[in-house]
Amino acid sequence: MSTDVKVPQPETQSANGKGVKLPIYMDNHATTPMDPRVLEEMLPYFMEKFGNAASRNHSFGWAAEEGVETARERIARLIGANTKEIIFTSGATESDNLAIKGVAEMYREKGNHIITAVTEHKAVLDTCKRLEKYGYRVTYLPVQKDGLIDLDDLKRAMDDKTILVTIMAANNEIGVLQPITEIGKLCHERGVIFHTDATQAIGKIPFEVIKNNIDLASISAHKMYGPKGVGALYVRRKNPRVQVSAIIDGGGHERGMRSGTLNVPGIVGLGKACAIAQEDLPQESCRLAGLRNRLRDRIMGKLDEVYINGSMEHRLPGNINISFAYVEGESLLMGINDVAVSSGSACTSATLEPSYVLKALGTGDDLAHSSIRFGIGRFNTEAEVDYVADKVIDTVERLRELSPLYEMAKEGINLKDVKWAGE
Amino acid sequence: MAYSDKVIDHYNNPRNVGSMDKNSADVGTGLVGAPECGDVMKLQIKVNPETNVIEDAKFKTFGCGSAIASSSLATEWVKGKTVDEALAIKNTEIVKELSLPPVKIHCSVLAEDAIRAAIGDWKKKQETAKPVSAEAK
Repeated sequence: MSTDVKVPQPETQSANGKGVKLPIYMDNHATTPMDPRVLEEMLPYFMEKFGNAASRNHSFGWAAEEGVETARERIARLIGANTKEIIFTSGATESDNLAIKGVAEMYREKGNHIITAVTEHKAVLDTCKRLEKYGYRVTYLPVQKDGLIDLDDLKRAMDDKTILVTIMAANNEIGVLQPITEIGKLCHERGVIFHTDATQAIGKIPFEVIKNNIDLASISAHKMYGPKGVGALYVRRKNPRVQVSAIIDGGGHERGMRSGTLNVPGIVGLGKACAIAQEDLPQESCRLAGLRNRLRDRIMGKLDEVYINGSMEHRLPGNINISFAYVEGESLLMGINDVAVSSGSACTSATLEPSYVLKALGTGDDLAHSSIRFGIGRFNTEAEVDYVADKVIDTVERLRELSPLYEMAKEGINLKDVKWAGE
Repeated sequence: MAYSDKVIDHYNNPRNVGSMDKNSADVGTGLVGAPECGDVMKLQIKVNPETNVIEDAKFKTFGCGSAIASSSLATEWVKGKTVDEALAIKNTEIVKELSLPPVKIHCSVLAEDAIRAAIGDWKKKQETAKPVSAEAK
């Protein structure tokens, strides 16, 4: 039975000369718009199928449970897991917390050492920092210039007290893909558990828990055209069997690992998002990489002193992160205000510190301030990419005319040799 | 973050953008901030040596919209003022005029610094110029 609620369809592009509708959303690493097919699947679970999936004795509960189990199958299928290995959470931040704190507590007798990397998401870094307060030892691996960790660094960091390695699959700022298969292999050879924050990777690139040697993986729905507030944690049950202590106590839902009444509509949405991703992934990743390269080539064809942050080879198809020398990121965002993108500039954060990810690559603070992250997604078009590229080019040219740094550089002054008053 | 209309206006139509000859005796140049900090302002003034009135001002700024607006406003304000009057301009007046939020107050501070640095540079030129003119007599 279908509901009477209308599912909004993506609006057709209006012909405003450039064939694009403004504003343009190109910040798909922050969040993604929901796919209408996902919403359609979710809608019955708000009203008619409102039951509690934990109600075992009536049809309302069974209908909700059926929705949840279908979703579990779809997620498991996308990542090559067993349904019993999928634990639903409120999102990837909770999944990261559950994985890291859960392993830390469960394997405390075995050891107290955790390894991660400096470019991880704050959900991982801050969780590790908290564990340090509780007596755990954490190694924060550096990254190379291309954003990838050095596997030799990882090998050297491991000792007989190491219980967990947590390294993200794809970075949220620079889209760089870590060598997770090799990391997992090193971990398994040493009996260490491997967790990966796969928030940005799942649904975007092929991701298989067995093939990639993964023990724990964090998943988020809203980064893959699903709803916000729902995610999952993959917890391996065989070779090796991994256990995590719960961080939320209560009714013993999700095999005791995550208590709390299940967010049934959200879970159904996550499941549908996974099913769509599985079907569309090969074509979609090619299309997005094509659009991304088009954006890059158009910008770099017109502007000099433009630098790509992070490896181009090991990178999410829809991501590009570019520094525009002599132009401050926030002022650039202001000039392209009908385009939604992000900047690594300090001015866009409350801390007045530029992106720690870019700094970790060895990008100078000046270029970190000048960086823009473009996140191209499922609903972006070629016309939008061209519009964004042209708008960026015009704004950078205008701001460079306004930039004392550009003027000095053109006069042949090496900006590194200048004694700046603010230093 | 939402910008005030005045910040947007200065960003879209910056006043007095440009450069003057920094070696000229009646031009004072202030270069403040650092690329690593995300803000660099260059503010230049041209002073009438007879009257000490700032007859022209130019700026170039690397920084956020608020930094661009602060320096653009600073050039508007110093023009027509004597050097001493210009020195009296306070960053808080810039904050008020542009409705800058707390996180952007440093932009106004930098603009005040730029005015002071430009005037300081000009004054230094006047002092070093004196002995030369004395010798020339």
